[in-house]
Amino acid sequence: MNPLQSIKMALRSIKGNKVRAFLTMLGVIIGVSSVIVLVAIGQGSSKDITSRISSLGTNLLTVNIIGTDTVKLTEDDVGKFGGISGVKDLSPVVSGRVTVKNGAESTQVSLTGTNSSYQTVRDLQLNSGRFLSDMDDEYRQKIAVLGSGTAETLFGTDDPVGQYVQVNGTSFKVVGVLASKGGALGQSGDNVIVMPLSTAERVVKNTSVQTVYIQADSEQQLGIVMARTQSELAKLFPNNQDNYSVVNQQDLMDTMSSVTNTMTMMLAGIAGISLLVGGIGIMNIMLVSVSERTKEIGIRKAIGAQRKDILLQFLIEAVVLSSMGGIAGVALGLVLAKVVAVAAGLTIAYSTAVILIAFMFSLATGVVFGVFPANKASKLHPIQALRYE
Amino acid sequence: MTPIIDIEHMTKSYEMGGETVVAISDVSLQIRAGDFVAIIGPSVSGKSTFMNMIGCLDRPDSGRYLLDGEEVEKMKDHQLAAVRNRKIGFIFQNFNLLTKLSALENIELPLLYKGLKKKERLEIAYASLEKVGLKGRERHMPNQLSGGQQQRVAIARALAGQPPILLADEPTGALDSKTSQEILQLMKDLHRQGHTIVLITHDMEVANQASRIVRIQDGQLFEAGGERYEPAAVH
Repeated sequence: MNPLQSIKMALRSIKGNKVRAFLTMLGVIIGVSSVIVLVAIGQGSSKDITSRISSLGTNLLTVNIIGTDTVKLTEDDVGKFGGISGVKDLSPVVSGRVTVKNGAESTQVSLTGTNSSYQTVRDLQLNSGRFLSDMDDEYRQKIAVLGSGTAETLFGTDDPVGQYVQVNGTSFKVVGVLASKGGALGQSGDNVIVMPLSTAERVVKNTSVQTVYIQADSEQQLGIVMARTQSELAKLFPNNQDNYSVVNQQDLMDTMSSVTNTMTMMLAGIAGISLLVGGIGIMNIMLVSVSERTKEIGIRKAIGAQRKDILLQFLIEAVVLSSMGGIAGVALGLVLAKVVAVAAGLTIAYSTAVILIAFMFSLATGVVFGVFPANKASKLHPIQALRYE
Repeated sequence: MTPIIDIEHMTKSYEMGGETVVAISDVSLQIRAGDFVAIIGPSVSGKSTFMNMIGCLDRPDSGRYLLDGEEVEKMKDHQLAAVRNRKIGFIFQNFNLLTKLSALENIELPLLYKGLKKKERLEIAYASLEKVGLKGRERHMPNQLSGGQQQRVAIARALAGQPPILLADEPTGALDSKTSQEILQLMKDLHRQGHTIVLITHDMEVANQASRIVRIQDGQLFEAGGERYEPAAVH
């Protein structure tokens, strides 16, 4: 008997039991579609983060002060980095969390105190108004630039430029609004308020800089600039290497992608388990089907079916079931990922490899979990099987 | 002329509740091509076991079985399956049609296992169905056919592979008397056309339709006259 015949026969017997076939496939459908959706979301956010980091340019260094209690980096210290040859621009950041109010509207946002270079170094776009200027910092101006999220919360659709907000009780004039840049890993980059470094130091009552962004002249210079920055820091804080770190964008990207890869693998693992459960469902139903069709097997054997004919018949039936489930799962997964992307505003990335692997896995599930029932069917003795009612 | 079925000193016993039951003991039987033989016996006579042996559904413990020149008793399972497919057309009491296949597809089934191409299969299946007088019912499912019609389909299925032997196990057991007569008439017609038929029954009236009657009792065979059946008489 040729395989095409067997497939036709399998389809016929599946058609004869539609509801059961669907319920059997459900496990595989859920498994395959969840693999596709979860991996699409995982890879989407990884792609998102990578592209955002790389949009800042590959010639950016970040100095992070971790233990601010023991290591205090002042604005003057930051000025020393400016003297390093190969440094194009730098931008110190003092940060904290503040309450921002406009009349009755109030929200908690993260505060960034910095200088005018921050805009170019962090590649920020403005929706309206202007960014900070050097003058603002020098004269400790009480002005602020709002993130698009903050602006929307406090002013709705009105233009906040020229209006005033209360930051921890002090009045600040809004001079600009940033364009939205989305969020990643559950953090929104839009719920922020940016103000001059000198002003921010007073608001958060802290004069030590937590972060310094250093832009090198070129990518080639990055290594040298990094080394010089590190030696400068070592001079400033001897024997305190554990309390600060200098990372470049590539390091950052590697770290982020290893985090998101781990996340993706974990999601795929969870989805893989549901595929396994789906496979067990198939085995279950196939076993029931074998004992239900004992008589049929007896008849087939009596009129000359070989063991391998029966084995193949049941195996193909299991594989047809699981591959139909696989195809339905792929379709559902693609649609569902799109729906999630639109509804939750996430970036998704379909991976052809993962879709193929998920489908192949569902096929393999059919083979692996079909073998046992099919073998059982093929080993039935024709006389006993014929006598079975 | 060599007999088409040549059984010599066949014995078969099986375990039942820890006891060994001898179903048939030292049985010998020759059937020539073109014969219509009825094997008659009560329900626990070893009749079913003997039928399973003739039908190659099982192997004897000892003895020799030559079926159409092939030594069956030593065959492996897959060889027995092939022998059943090529040499024997089964007709069962309960028809044993596959309920999810149409009449035509049921008839095609043995040909499918024989490895015939679609075109050939269809040709033979149509011809077989016509032979049993069911032309035009090709697409009917078994549950759309009467008992008599289902048995006709089963006979057509048995005929399809052109086996040298038709083995009928109580073919009229599930039918009313009028339909039984029709089925027996069909079998007699097939006999006249040259088919070798072995009919197993407990009903003397049915057995009387055959041209030769063999009685089985307590696992032993007797020729219709009542004496112990002696194989030498046939040679």
